[in-house]
Amino acid sequence: MNAPSLELIGFSKRFGGLAALDEVSVKIVPGAFHALLGENGAGKSTLVKCAMGYYAADAGEILLNGRQVVINHPKQAHELGLGMVYQHFTLVPNMTVLENFVLSRKHLPSVIDWTVERQRLKDFFDTTPFTVPLDLPVADLAAGQKQKAEILRQLYLKRTLLILDEPTSVLTPDEADEVLSTLKQMTRELVLTIVTITHKFREVNAFCDTVTVLRRGKLVGTRPVSELDNDTMAEMMVGRRETRATVEREQRAAGKTVLQIEGLSVANTVGQLAVDVLSLDIHAGEIVGVAGVSGNGQRELVETLAGQRHAEAGVMKVHGERYTATRPEMIRHRIACLPEEPLRNACVAEMSVAENMALRSFDQAPASPDGVRLRRAPMRDVARRLIEAYRVKTPGPDAPIKALSGGNVQRAVLARELSSEGDLLIVANPCFGLDFAAVAEIRARIVQARNRGAAVLLVSEDLDEILQLSDRIVVMFDGKLALQTQAAQADVGAIGRAMAGH
Amino acid sequence: MENGGLGLWGVPLAMLAGAIRVSTPFIFVSVGECLTERSGRINLGLEGTLVMGAMSAYAIALTTGSPWLGVLVAACVGLLLGALHAGICQLPRVNDIATGIGLMLLATGLAFFLGKPYIQPKAPNLGAIELGWWSGIPQVRQALQVNYLFVVGIVSAFALAWALKNTRWGLIVRLAGESVDAALAMGVPVGRVRLIATAIGGAFAGVGGAFLSLYYPGSWNEGLSSGQGLMAVALVIFARWDPIRCLWASLLFGAAGAISPALQSVGITEGYYLFSAAPYVLTLGLMIATCSPERALRGAPGELGAVR
Ligand SMILES: Nc1ncnc2c1ncn2[C@@H]1O[C@H](COP(=O)(O)OP(=O)(O)OP(=O)(O)O)[C@@H](O)[C@H]1O
Ligand SMILES: [Mg+2]
Repeated sequence: MNAPSLELIGFSKRFGGLAALDEVSVKIVPGAFHALLGENGAGKSTLVKCAMGYYAADAGEILLNGRQVVINHPKQAHELGLGMVYQHFTLVPNMTVLENFVLSRKHLPSVIDWTVERQRLKDFFDTTPFTVPLDLPVADLAAGQKQKAEILRQLYLKRTLLILDEPTSVLTPDEADEVLSTLKQMTRELVLTIVTITHKFREVNAFCDTVTVLRRGKLVGTRPVSELDNDTMAEMMVGRRETRATVEREQRAAGKTVLQIEGLSVANTVGQLAVDVLSLDIHAGEIVGVAGVSGNGQRELVETLAGQRHAEAGVMKVHGERYTATRPEMIRHRIACLPEEPLRNACVAEMSVAENMALRSFDQAPASPDGVRLRRAPMRDVARRLIEAYRVKTPGPDAPIKALSGGNVQRAVLARELSSEGDLLIVANPCFGLDFAAVAEIRARIVQARNRGAAVLLVSEDLDEILQLSDRIVVMFDGKLALQTQAAQADVGAIGRAMAGH
Repeated sequence: MENGGLGLWGVPLAMLAGAIRVSTPFIFVSVGECLTERSGRINLGLEGTLVMGAMSAYAIALTTGSPWLGVLVAACVGLLLGALHAGICQLPRVNDIATGIGLMLLATGLAFFLGKPYIQPKAPNLGAIELGWWSGIPQVRQALQVNYLFVVGIVSAFALAWALKNTRWGLIVRLAGESVDAALAMGVPVGRVRLIATAIGGAFAGVGGAFLSLYYPGSWNEGLSSGQGLMAVALVIFARWDPIRCLWASLLFGAAGAISPALQSVGITEGYYLFSAAPYVLTLGLMIATCSPERALRGAPGELGAVR
C-alpha cells in the first residue's frame, strides 16, 4: 500500500520559439494506470521529462501524495521513488545486465561481491513473470529484451511511481501483454502507480483506467477509460479535422522484376550469419511484406540493400543489373529507402532539416548547379515544400533535425525518400512510434507508391501492417524465408507459426 | 662469434630480455591510458608526459642520489600533467585530441629545456632482480634480469583489470566512459571521475618515463622516447581497452622491437633497419587483420571520441 498520487500543476516548457508545453495540469491517483495520449510532437515526452527533472520546466509545481516537492534532477526524482523508462534505451550497452542493475542501486559497496549480487538478482527474477539473461552485454540483447530489462530494473529499484514512454513500441503484442499485465497486477495491489505514454488504443482499452490527452502542448482533457471509445479518443487527439481517406489499392498485375536477391548471406555485428542464403524477387507495382519477430535478420537485410553492410555471399540485381548499393546505382535505379531508427540510419542528427532532406540530391541541380557549389536557397525551398506536403512539425527548415520529435524525423525522411518517385522503395518499420493519423498517412503514401508502379519491400514487426499493405507476404525466421504466400490467400495462423519457427 | 656457444638460441633469449626491457614503458603508458580512456577521455599528451617523467626522474636521481625518489617525482609530474589535460578538456568546446597534442608538444619542449644540464652526467640506476643466478651462461643471466618496474607494471595491469570489474570505483569510471547520460542520471560527477582517471593515467606514464632514463636505455637525452608514448596510446586501441591485453600487447611489441638487436648479437646484421620496423609492421598488420568496417569495435567505451 505505498503507491503514491502525483499531481502536476501548470507545466509550461518552451524550446526556442516552440511551446512544447503550455499550462498542462494532470492528477494521477494512487494505483492508477494512467495513459497519456497525443499526436507525435504533442509534448507527452516533454511533460514527463519535466516531471522527472530531466528537463527544467519554465513553470510548474509537483505534488506528491499531496505534498509539494521540488525535482530539479532525475536523482531527486529517484529518491522520491519516481522512475522512468525513456523512449530511448538508457542501459549502458557495453555492460552486462547484471552490471547495469547493480550500478543503478543507490548504495554500492566499494568492493562488489558478484556472487551475492547475482544471487540477489536471481531471487528477484524468481518473483517476476519475465526475465532477461544476466551475463550478456546489453548491446547483444534484442530490442524487446532491452525494454524488458529497462522495466525490470525500475522494479528492482523498488520505484513506487513508474513513468513509461512508449514502453511497448519494441515489444511484440504478446510480450506487451505479458509486461503490461504484470504491471497492472502491481497497480491493483497498490504497490505501484503507473503513467504510460502510448499510441496503441488496444493497450489503453485493455490496461489503463484513466486517459489524459495532449494536443500541441495543451491539455485537452482527462477522462476515465470507461467513458471513452476509440472514436472519442481519436477526436480528442487530433481535434475536429477530417482524416485523409486511405488510398484505394488499384488492382494491378505485378509488372517486371525490379529487385532480385539471389542466395544472399550477410553477417551481423558480431560476425554470425544473420541473413542465410536468402532469395527473393520483387516486381513493379507490388508490395512484398517481410514479417517476422525482430532479430531474425531483417535489419541486416535492409542494411545490405541500403549499402550500410556488405554481403558475405550472393548477388542483388536491380532491373537485371548487378546492384552493390553505391550512390550512383541508387540514383540510376531510383531507389528510395526508409530504414528503421531514421535519426541514426538516414539522417545526420546535427544537420538542419533542409540539409537532411537534401541528402539524396544535394549534388544535383538545383541544389548544386555544377556538382561543386552548393546553393542553400533552392535546398531550403525544396525543404519548405516537403515540410508542408508531409506536415513535418518543425520550427523551420534550419532547425537541427535531432530536435524534432521521433515521429517528425520519420516524416522528414519519408518526405525525402518518396519525393523522388523511386522505382524501388525499401521501408523498415515505417510506422514505429507514430500516432494513428500519421500511420494512416504514411501507409497511404506507401500504397500510392505501389499504385504508381514502384516495387516495395516492406519490412515490419507489425503483422497487421503487413497484412493490410502487402500483395505478397514472406516470413523471415533465423535469416531464411520460412514462408511465402500471396496476401489474398494468407493464413494468419500459418504466418504466426512461421514467425515462431514452426 | 662470442655468443658463448648458444648459437641461434641466443635470438629468442635476447628477444625475451628485450621484451622485458623494451615493453616496460609501454606497459605503464598503455595501462594508464587504458584507465583514462575507459573514463571517456583520450590523452595523446602522454608522449610528452613520458619525456617529462624521464627528465624529472633523471634530474632528481642525479641530485639526490636516489633513483626511487626520481620515480616518485616522475609520477607526481605525470599526475599534474594528466590533471592539467583533464582540466582543460572540461572547459566547454574543447577537444581532447587537440588539447592532447598541444600538451604533448608543451611537455616535450619543457623537458628538453629543463633537461639540458642533465644530458652528460650519469645518474644511479634502478637495479633489477637477478632471476638467472642459477645459470652459468652470461646470456641467460642477462636475459633473466627482471627490473622492478616491470613487476610493478604487471601487478598494476592485473590490479586495474580487477578494479574495473569488481569495485564501485571501477564501475563508476566505466559508466563515465560509456554513457554520460546514464552517469549523470545516477548522479555520477563525470568531470571529476575523468579528472581523477586522467591524472592517474598521467602518473603511470610518468613512471614509464622514469624507467627510460633510469633503467633502459638509462640516460637522459632528447631522443629518448622517439614516439613510444604515442605508440603506447595506439596499443590501447589494439588491446581493445583491456588492461591485461594491454600487457600482452606491450610484451609482443617489446619482443618484436628486440628482434633486430637480437639478430645483431648473433651476427646477422643485414636488414638491421628493416627489422627495427618489425613492431610497427606487426601492429599495423594485426590492426588491419582484426578490424572490420561493419563489426563494432568490441569494448570501445561509448563516449570515447565523442566530439562536443
Ligand atoms: N530537446 C529539444 N530541443 C528542441 N525542441 C524539442 C526538444 N525536445 C522536444 N522538442 C520539441 O517539442 C515538441 C514536443 O516534443 P515531445 O518529444 O514531447 O513529443 P511527443 O509527444 O513525445 O511525440 P512522439 O510521440 O513523437 O514521441 C516537439 O515539437 C519537439 O520538436
Ligand atoms: Mg515522445
